[in-house]
Amino acid sequence: MKKSKSLLLLLTLVLAVGTLLSACGSNDKNNTASNSGNGGNTATSNNDTANSGDETLAADQTLRINLSSEPPTFDPAQAQDSQANTVLKLMYEGLTRMDEAGEAQPAAAESWEIDGTKYTFHLREGATWSNGDPVTANDFVFAWERVLSPETLPAPPYAYQLYYLKNAQEFNEGKITDFSQVGVKAVDEHTLEVELVTPTPYFLGLTSFYTFYPVHQSVKDDQAWAVDANKMITNGAFTLTTWAKGQSIEVTKSDSYWGKDEIKLNKVTMSLVNSGATELASYRNGELDRAGHPNGEIPTDQIPIVQQELKDEVEIKGTASTYYYEFNVTAEPFDNVNIRRAFAMAIDRQAIVDKVTLGGQLPAYGYVPPGIKGVNDEFRNEVDDKAYFKEDYEEAKKLLEQGMQEKGYTQLPEITLMYNTSEGHKKIALAVADMWKKNLGVDVKLENQEWAVFLENRQSLNYQVARAGWSADYNDPMTFLDMWVTGGGNNDSGYANADYDALINQAKSTDDAAERNEAFKKAEENLIKDNQVLLPIYYYTSVSVSKPYLKGVILDFSGAVDYSRAYLLEH
Amino acid sequence: MVRYIANKLFYMLVSLFILISATFFLMKAIPGDPFTSEKKVPDQIRERLYEQYGFDKPVYQQYFKYLGDIVQGDFGISMKKINHEVADIITGSFAPSLKLGLVAIIVAVIVGVTLGMLAALYHRKLLDNIAMVLAVLGIAVPSFVIATLLQYVFASKLHWLPTMGFKGPIYYFLPVAALTAQPIAFIARLTRSSMLEVLHADYIKTAKAKGLNWIAILFRHVIRNGIMPVVTYLGPMTANIVTGSVVIEQIFGIGGIGKQFVDAISGRDYPVIMGITIFYGALLMIARFLTDIAYVFVDPRIKLSKGKEG
Amino acid sequence: MDSNQVQVMNSPVELKPDDFRKIGTDEKQAEVIQRESISALRDAWQRLCANKLAMTALWVLAFIVVASVLGPLISGWVHGYDYYSNDLLATNESPSLTHWFGTDDLGRDMFVRTWRGAQISLFVGLVAACIDLIIGVIYGGTMGYFGGRVDEIMNKFSEILYAIPYLLVTILLLVVLEPSLGTIILALTITGWINMSWIVRGEIMQLKNREFVLASRSMGAGSGRLLFKHLLPNAVGPIIVTVTLSVPNAIFAEAFLSFLGLGVQAPVASLGSMINDALTGWLYYPWRMMFPAAVISLTMLAFNIFGDGLRDALDPKLKK
Repeated sequence: MKKSKSLLLLLTLVLAVGTLLSACGSNDKNNTASNSGNGGNTATSNNDTANSGDETLAADQTLRINLSSEPPTFDPAQAQDSQANTVLKLMYEGLTRMDEAGEAQPAAAESWEIDGTKYTFHLREGATWSNGDPVTANDFVFAWERVLSPETLPAPPYAYQLYYLKNAQEFNEGKITDFSQVGVKAVDEHTLEVELVTPTPYFLGLTSFYTFYPVHQSVKDDQAWAVDANKMITNGAFTLTTWAKGQSIEVTKSDSYWGKDEIKLNKVTMSLVNSGATELASYRNGELDRAGHPNGEIPTDQIPIVQQELKDEVEIKGTASTYYYEFNVTAEPFDNVNIRRAFAMAIDRQAIVDKVTLGGQLPAYGYVPPGIKGVNDEFRNEVDDKAYFKEDYEEAKKLLEQGMQEKGYTQLPEITLMYNTSEGHKKIALAVADMWKKNLGVDVKLENQEWAVFLENRQSLNYQVARAGWSADYNDPMTFLDMWVTGGGNNDSGYANADYDALINQAKSTDDAAERNEAFKKAEENLIKDNQVLLPIYYYTSVSVSKPYLKGVILDFSGAVDYSRAYLLEH
Repeated sequence: MVRYIANKLFYMLVSLFILISATFFLMKAIPGDPFTSEKKVPDQIRERLYEQYGFDKPVYQQYFKYLGDIVQGDFGISMKKINHEVADIITGSFAPSLKLGLVAIIVAVIVGVTLGMLAALYHRKLLDNIAMVLAVLGIAVPSFVIATLLQYVFASKLHWLPTMGFKGPIYYFLPVAALTAQPIAFIARLTRSSMLEVLHADYIKTAKAKGLNWIAILFRHVIRNGIMPVVTYLGPMTANIVTGSVVIEQIFGIGGIGKQFVDAISGRDYPVIMGITIFYGALLMIARFLTDIAYVFVDPRIKLSKGKEG
Repeated sequence: MDSNQVQVMNSPVELKPDDFRKIGTDEKQAEVIQRESISALRDAWQRLCANKLAMTALWVLAFIVVASVLGPLISGWVHGYDYYSNDLLATNESPSLTHWFGTDDLGRDMFVRTWRGAQISLFVGLVAACIDLIIGVIYGGTMGYFGGRVDEIMNKFSEILYAIPYLLVTILLLVVLEPSLGTIILALTITGWINMSWIVRGEIMQLKNREFVLASRSMGAGSGRLLFKHLLPNAVGPIIVTVTLSVPNAIFAEAFLSFLGLGVQAPVASLGSMINDALTGWLYYPWRMMFPAAVISLTMLAFNIFGDGLRDALDPKLKK
């Protein structure tokens, strides 16, 4: 009885979401044409369909979740972390909003036109701030200027997320002082014009990111506005009602939100507990409605148990992130490509994901993870990473010997694998070192370091081989590949290759999707197949559990969560 | 007495100054800064942040500036929790630690002293053995194991108590139990050991021989002298418990000052590190100071010798 | 007289009048006993031997020490296991004939690892406790004995050291020094001795005005003699209680350091770090926590009971 009920429910939901997605898809393919999508209507119909099944909403629409660390700030200009992202998504609304498929949906902007590097956003009339003021194009201009201005205190670290705008970098670096030269302009109350430096296919998605959120202009005179729940003026579906520092955060449905009819939740309460084991225990005890990624972590030891005992509540999903080891290509002995290859080929990735990490991760042979868009499909489906190298222990031994000959070694120098202190990283490092010993006959020393010390050492190339991970800033292979250019800020491997730089430049300067993809493919080949700068291990997944009565939670391609459209069924 | 206290206070200020200086330079010596992150902040922006926070100046200048601010009572603003006053962070996170800590101290002292006294009075009898086994269990099992087991039994299995959080009286039971297991054991053993000494001391035997009422002896002499080492232990224990056990706070999801401090260190949030250090240091010193005063009251001989010196 | 004592120790029910009579005779001979230190030690040893509980604890400790040395060797001979080799096909196996204590999350044999961990923990605990003891007694004794300005300054110094955030110091150590057992012991002892020194100070301050000390002083005894012959032996009870507790404290503190990343470098493990690793899944893989926890608890228990026995045996006041 119960099963068939939930099956029916699932079916209706799949249908509803399906229609929603197909509707969006057709809207979005037509990029240059005006987008007249009406998020409000579609979503309402979604709920209608859902409600026509035999599900009833719970009377108490209070969602209880946990954040594993307290968001340092609710100022969109200063935010930098995924916890803040979760809460900001509830309180604010950018020009666009990401749906589950990773497509930009109308939000504060009702529609838009794109003409090369020029974007015109038509803001929604009737959208208001939580104090009743209308949300205008000037609010966006104000917020973006605030992010970019050298006067802002402290300097927003994510200002570079806005460098896509014309002259934004120059303004931020103080080379020009007149903000009117920057590529954003309020044509009138409800029209925002944006001009970019180069064609950026993923820009629309970026406008859903918190650094691009509007900010109420009253904050100009009040430094500490984002610290106090009473002072926060927001434009999203919820308002911040309680912030008991270090203990809990609570947001309540906003009455002034334009789309309040499609918001079912009345409240979201967030506890701030940083122990994954406690979070899970609390969830199992009925104190939380959802646990795990992205706001917490289910302890590795418990994943198999959860999968067995809470079969219907577990969700495993890719998060467009890659776990890898990087070589310092300027340090002995990894300045030799064959030695790097030997190490990359001598580990059993399937065994690592099946027996060590246990979270349904995918073995990685490339760098760009699944979930990142290519031309027509995901990049990873269009460019097969298995072609880059194979796990082959005999071949690895030969390559190691060859590499040692090239370097004139009779014996390898002592090798240390550096990782930042964490149970998970330790386990993987132990497994990998053991594989290197068994398959390659090489003894590798492990060294864990405290996070900031580790980063400092890695960024100053003070290591041989180190653990690393990278997640997407936006849905495009560029977010993974442009970091490896010569002297790139996040290039911690010392890799410098002119061909590679040229390929990235080529991808940056073209508008043609196929040409870009080809450049990315060659760049990734250069990075891994030809030079093995990295040792990819796996593509991350997010593992979470949610109560069967919790619906409508959206996890986007990067694993970020949007609770604003969630609702609770009677239970 | 006034001079004694004034003297003590002066030394406390000197100590605090040394503590501030040592911590400041230690902290600056650790690699990394508040802006170290996996996705590196572009150099231009990083430089501007350095300028805004005065990191571009030599460390000694930063140090003097900090001293100046502290003298004016300004603890500064967190570099990680943007625009949060350090003072607010400390008071906010100290409140739960303090509440939990006070309850834990009271429980630990009452239970510990009682156990220790019973054990001493019934030396080598059943009650002594029971009390000591209890005490030893508290020491023998690591507190994070006790906490995990308690959480499992009383929250997950029996559903009597909540798993995590700190929202009302019912939330105190498990963390207090986990937090006090070790101090109770320590206090019980100290009390037992020192009470035994007192019980065997000549003046007690004399008093007994004189035929004084046993209850009167017990209260006037034995207990008063027997809990002396406990008083010594009270100072450091108070500070330790009140500033929170990071592990217990983590397991029961209590956002106390211990967690705040660990976060601040791993985030290199300099003003918060300094603020909590000063706060913690002052707290410890005050606790020691009160211990000394308490000692004077408990043991009149100390007062005599101190009086001569001060 | 000695045999008499033993008898009294053996029978838990003492007659009180008996008690009174002995004190009277003993007090006259107090100086004589204190002078003969060898006989006092022998005396203490005999009293200790008579304490069955304490002797059991001593045997348990001896067993743990022997097992921690032989355990890994035996497992090596019988099965060829070592503490670091993974077996990903045999992860989280429950105890069996092939793996006596089961396996951990990387398929490593828990029997080898438990005893190997016990080795590390015991070593760390004992060395740290010894260092704490030596520094604490010297420092605390000096403070308590001399009092006045010396006490004031030394006490301030220890208070300041104690107030410097431990975490800050350990992270700095981690950065400056290579992670090793030596670093861990340094991190444990850098502030660990302070508590001992305070206890000693408190005791000495309390004792130094007692009649027997004054008497000895007026008879011309020097500082060294007073401190080592009269004050410290009389303070030995609390000192031993503190030492027996500082061993487990050091062992637990080491576990906390592993948690911070300053612990022993993987794949080496201590008992504390093994328990820490096993904690999240203890309900499902109880053997991963139970065996190291049992060994650590047994060690603590034995240390404490033995410490108690030792205290009773050594205490000059109880001897009367």
